[in-house]
Amino acid sequence: MRNVVSSVLAIVLITAFFGFAYPAVMTGFAQVAFKSQADGSLITKSGVVVGSKLAAQSFTGLRYFHERPSATTPAYNAGSTTFANLGPTNPDLAKNVKAAAAAILKLERPYNPGLTIHDIPVDAVTTSGSGIDPDISPAYAQLQSRRVAAVRRLPLATVEKLIKQNTTGRSWDFFGEPGVNVLELNLALDRLGST
Amino acid sequence: MNGQGISQIVVYSIALVVLGYPLGLWMARVYTVPRVAGRALGTVERGFYRVLRTDPTREQDWKGYGKTVLVFSVLFWALLYAIQRLQGHLFLNPDHMKGVPAHLSLNTAASFITNTNWQFYAGESTMSYLTQMAGLAVQNFVSAAVGIAVLAAVIRGIARRSTDTIGNFWVDLYRTLVYVLLPLAIVVAAILIWQGVPQTFAGHATATTLQGAHQTIARGPVGSQIAIKQLGTNGGGFYNSNSAVPFENPTGLSDFVELLAILLIPAAEVFMFGKMVLARRHAWAVFAAMFVVFVIGIGVNLTAEQHGSQALRASGVNITQGHGQSGGNMTDKEVRFGQAATANWTVATSDASNGSVNSGFDAQTPAGGAVPLVNLFLGEVIFGGVGSGLYGMFFYIVLAVFVAGLMVGRTPEWLGKKIEAREIKYAALGALFVPTMVLALAALSIVTKSGLASVFNSGVHGFTETLYAYDSQSNNNGSAFAGFGLTNFSADFGTVAMLLGRFVPLLAALALGGALAKKKIVPVSAGTFRTDGPTFVVLLVGVIVLTAGLMIFPALTLGPIVEGLTH
Repeated sequence: MRNVVSSVLAIVLITAFFGFAYPAVMTGFAQVAFKSQADGSLITKSGVVVGSKLAAQSFTGLRYFHERPSATTPAYNAGSTTFANLGPTNPDLAKNVKAAAAAILKLERPYNPGLTIHDIPVDAVTTSGSGIDPDISPAYAQLQSRRVAAVRRLPLATVEKLIKQNTTGRSWDFFGEPGVNVLELNLALDRLGST
Repeated sequence: MNGQGISQIVVYSIALVVLGYPLGLWMARVYTVPRVAGRALGTVERGFYRVLRTDPTREQDWKGYGKTVLVFSVLFWALLYAIQRLQGHLFLNPDHMKGVPAHLSLNTAASFITNTNWQFYAGESTMSYLTQMAGLAVQNFVSAAVGIAVLAAVIRGIARRSTDTIGNFWVDLYRTLVYVLLPLAIVVAAILIWQGVPQTFAGHATATTLQGAHQTIARGPVGSQIAIKQLGTNGGGFYNSNSAVPFENPTGLSDFVELLAILLIPAAEVFMFGKMVLARRHAWAVFAAMFVVFVIGIGVNLTAEQHGSQALRASGVNITQGHGQSGGNMTDKEVRFGQAATANWTVATSDASNGSVNSGFDAQTPAGGAVPLVNLFLGEVIFGGVGSGLYGMFFYIVLAVFVAGLMVGRTPEWLGKKIEAREIKYAALGALFVPTMVLALAALSIVTKSGLASVFNSGVHGFTETLYAYDSQSNNNGSAFAGFGLTNFSADFGTVAMLLGRFVPLLAALALGGALAKKKIVPVSAGTFRTDGPTFVVLLVGVIVLTAGLMIFPALTLGPIVEGLTH
């Protein structure tokens, strides 16, 4: 009985402190010190939220760089993330990879006739872990650059320069792997067109 | 494998020791001195005991300690169940989440009080902010603190002589929460928020994408929860895809910090143990044994994943590392982490009973995915869960000392205490109960229709999913081959697995500590088996591999080994 009384009192105190005070203080701190990150790294264009730096979104137009495949419903759903969960021997995995590679070849070949399946980097045909991986590998960005340059009538060098500018390197040049943020890259391209 | 990736792993290992060692010394102080903090904090601490009507100087024997742990945990379980069921009618629910179904609530409540954080639900679309922060995240603190408190008590039992008492649960609980977990959580949360993890009470954001579509962006008080989910080896994500989601883990740096947070306290505990029992060299030997298994795991996983799966190799796409990509098996993995950081995480999270993931395990290659499966089965003693990892390791140490004693024909001793029949019984119970339960539950699950309903991938991979699910829940890890789906059958079986998997070893450890506390110290003699050299490290690793490893080997052949051989 003694244990029960002590436990109930402890539960009340601990929940009040760790369940409310701690997150509230951290939220106050975050909203003051790192407002943009705390709100979800949202990106606005002329006052409208167009997405988040940390979430992939669907790009199908020829003028845009495309994201990696996504297993969420619908694709790139930042409100319901998921893995694809297809095991290495699941026939659907091989099927999906094949279909994704064929689609890329069909899309890019008109602008890049020498392209073969061996040139496609693996991240381009595999689902990401979150379904909203905001990055593609620099290799996949490179692969798409000719199409985007041709459709937008830009010199290839300009597009490649933008890829470089929107490549997130390793943190402190050491941790993780480099990636190209697709939304930021496409925004930069759009800005180029409008000036 | 590349130099860059390997140097990341080397830096990680160094940082673990450099930060873990002083933290361990600090923790040893926290659990031994009468007063940890200055006047103001001391007053708050005494106030807590006064409200609880407990006398902090009155210590408990192992049975009393265990009883308090059980009562406290059961009552918290009830509260967590109630919050989930009622969340639809409560506040802090900007996105109008409905009450969670009964079986799922029971499973989730058990999952979080046992430090498992198995998740049969998608956090961002199931749980209200109230449930996440005042229910689940509180347990991330509390279940971690319970584990560490019990460890501190067991270590006291080892260190003391001729006594019945091993500590006061409320003192150990308070001190863990306030002097260990809270300061670390604040630091880690601040770093994560800076790197891009959301921290807001505002509801989901809506965006109009560049192509004119609507996109919902889930957010919330994420940073404060992710920090403690890693530090407390909890692992339960705010989002369904856990730390693969950029909002939980936005950069290479955030990944490194979270990875460090996963093993920091488990590593520090080894040094705390060395300090508290005045056997520094023995602690280093235990650390070495853990580290060896850890590094082997990374080697196997990274090699297998970089090599890629058969399906990817056959497809013809470029999986070679270099020229602007990390290559390998990128299925269900994120570009910003690549193979090295993902392998490091996969092994750390399954060695510790953390269970958070930065990639989808279901999609890993047969050999790569077998690594976390085996790590779990070793009983989460390679660093292991906070508290539970090291007290689980004590079972194996006792068994190793016993085996050594048999070989030289003397009564085995550990740190000056004679190891006799009673201690061996507790150690055997603690070491063997959980693996036996895993095999039994997985077997029951695959021979019943209701059990098979959870399987997502067909064939042998489906068996591996099932085995992993019970392996993970019984060992209180919480990671998953996430295709394994929710049914009432699996939810209830899982609940049983998690509760027994937590409390049977916990009580066995307390009993072991209590038994050792009663003993006298025997002086070291020429016949005493040394527990601080390389021989001991080899023996300890050998005992772990022979005891747990051989138990899982037959099941392993039915799952990953067949899968690896047939494709």
